[in-house]
Amino acid sequence: MPSEQWTHPEPGDGPAAVAAQPSPEQVIAGLRATSEGGAELTQLLTPEGQRVPSERFDRYVEDVDDETLKNLYRDMVLVRRADREANAMQRQGQLGIWVPLLGQEAAQVGSGRALQPRDMAFPSYREHGVAYTRGVDMRELIGIFRCTDHSGWDYQAHRFHPYTIVIGNQVLNAAGYAMGQKFEGKVGDEGGEATICYFGDGATSQGDVHEGFVWAAVYDAPLVFFCQNNQWAISEPTERQSRLPLYQRARGYGFPGIRVDGNDVLACLAVTRWALDECRHGNGPVLIEAFTYRMDAHTTTDDPTRYRLSDELEEWKLKDPIERVRAFLARNGHADQAFFDSVQAEADQFAAELRDYTFNMPEPPPDRVFSQVYAEPSPVLEAQREEYLSYLDGFAAAGEH
Amino acid sequence: MTDLQKLTIGKALNLGLRRAMEEDPTVLIMGEDVGKLGGVFRITDGLQKDFGEQRVLDTPLAESGIIGTAVGLAVRGFRPVCEIQFEGFIFPGFDQISSQLAKLHYRTQGKVKMPVVIRVPFGGGIGAVEHHSESPESLFSHIAGLKVVSISNAVDAYWGIQEAIRSDDPILFFEPKKLYHSGALKMEVDTSTAPSRVFASQVVRAGTDATVVAYGPSVKVALDAATAAEAEGKSLEVIDLRTLSPLDLGPVFESVRKTGRLIAVSEAPSESSLTSEIAARVQQECFYSLESPVLRVTGFDTPYPPAKLEEHYLPDLDRVLHAVDRSLAW
Repeated sequence: MPSEQWTHPEPGDGPAAVAAQPSPEQVIAGLRATSEGGAELTQLLTPEGQRVPSERFDRYVEDVDDETLKNLYRDMVLVRRADREANAMQRQGQLGIWVPLLGQEAAQVGSGRALQPRDMAFPSYREHGVAYTRGVDMRELIGIFRCTDHSGWDYQAHRFHPYTIVIGNQVLNAAGYAMGQKFEGKVGDEGGEATICYFGDGATSQGDVHEGFVWAAVYDAPLVFFCQNNQWAISEPTERQSRLPLYQRARGYGFPGIRVDGNDVLACLAVTRWALDECRHGNGPVLIEAFTYRMDAHTTTDDPTRYRLSDELEEWKLKDPIERVRAFLARNGHADQAFFDSVQAEADQFAAELRDYTFNMPEPPPDRVFSQVYAEPSPVLEAQREEYLSYLDGFAAAGEH
Repeated sequence: MTDLQKLTIGKALNLGLRRAMEEDPTVLIMGEDVGKLGGVFRITDGLQKDFGEQRVLDTPLAESGIIGTAVGLAVRGFRPVCEIQFEGFIFPGFDQISSQLAKLHYRTQGKVKMPVVIRVPFGGGIGAVEHHSESPESLFSHIAGLKVVSISNAVDAYWGIQEAIRSDDPILFFEPKKLYHSGALKMEVDTSTAPSRVFASQVVRAGTDATVVAYGPSVKVALDAATAAEAEGKSLEVIDLRTLSPLDLGPVFESVRKTGRLIAVSEAPSESSLTSEIAARVQQECFYSLESPVLRVTGFDTPYPPAKLEEHYLPDLDRVLHAVDRSLAW
């Protein structure tokens, strides 16, 4: 179904054409058009592991040799393994909650590996794979989910902003940061800086995302909007967020939008490099819609069997982001079983270390409640802190009898 | 060497902003109409002309956008000063204020500093239509991680805005819009010497019979009431809170221990407000010194009424004096 027929009525088409409303089926078909149905999806590696040439994007992955592709494979396997371990730990009561990324490894690793160390990333709360590519130790972020901390890493050292739980807030924060890069004159050539901001399909309904698009556009901010369209915002499908494919919204703000196969790590790397390049040179912003699928629940409190069919999951399993790289590497003789086994062993070790760390994570002391609320001390808060700690001390004293 | 200038509150704010921008190139002003127009109240008049469009930003019209991008600019190392046109328009930005601005320092255990000032013209008495006369400061005082301050005179306006901009904490800076351009309130401001601390409660008139505590536009009402009371032989002590969160109630406790009576004045509705907090804490700290219950003179627990009725809604001199009489008659 060519979505163009109804998404862009021309003024000359007359009132009937303008008034024509797409049927619900047409809306869904347009939103979900993938490589099978939509020519606009950028893909460099098919689900079967076949390399697809791209006149436009091949040059952005010219340097990706077998070794680099094997490293991308390794990244994805490690990230998935850690994700599964954390999911299991939540089920065992060791984490308060977990936000699974299963299925989104290529979107996160591909885009994350496109960044230069000088670039800045603003995540939502599912970006464990991006965090990994920014050098954030998985152990630094697990505290959020064990509820010992709100944010564990040094955002400046990693140039990876704290997770943002409120949907869409970080898009405006990223726009402001990117404006700052522009104001400081850090854009204009190869050495320029850029910012990337991650959000989901559900977030595109939030006012903050709209405002972020407006701000970035009118200030020419070097900002890549990276929307991981994983098809579901908890139980709400994409068609509850939009009547047209999300990447097409960029047109209304006056910057380019592109839909990439979010399960294709090579395409995500290429497209994100291109978009960052546009930003570095002062041609930003850019919207990327990474068309992917959340293969697990929204969080461990969610039950996706209530709202989606298992057929859908089975269909997406055939597009698994890791399997297609594995198929490519194996088919072309770039990697043998020993390589895959060694990556798996490394991933198991990675997960075991994460588990050990999590189980032995110290609980924060009570005065952490009062710590760093303000940069300058607040007398009111200090009084509360002292009063509460002395109350606790009373128990200790009573216990000594 | 002293450098005295006789200034309105509005002009003092303008000069304070200018000085902060001159002294620190990371200070930005952002908001709707703050550039060429100089803001709807002209508080930022002339700043864009002198500092350029990159330091005084006429932003798109969206309050969440103004505050959300200010958060990002602060992460980058800037010190944004946002202007919200009228207090009634701040609510689209409430999410960014409460979810990000107030919490990032705590969330990151101090790694992210949020040196953002949000200037909010507030209060009634200007005969405006709906959403232009409210007093929502209590809502923000309830959010941990924010500082909320209010000014009532030109000296505090000039130095207070500079103190707020220098602070590494996010500050909601409430300005009494009715008093911006009052010629009668012009004050000599010594621009050569900074007061040691603006944001602490201050006794602005000494007295012995009862204490009146107020902030923002209500300070003038309290002072006028004290002058009128004096003619009737009653001596009122008036305290300007200046800092609303965290509240600096030390001078209030001290005053109540002396006078035994307290009247708290504010234009905001009374339920769950700053005046509620003051009453609660004063009874906790000064129980044995109180000669009468703490009384409050406030706006009513209604939406702000049509402006033809605002004289009934706003605490005025007579309502304050009536409360003083009730307190003294106890």
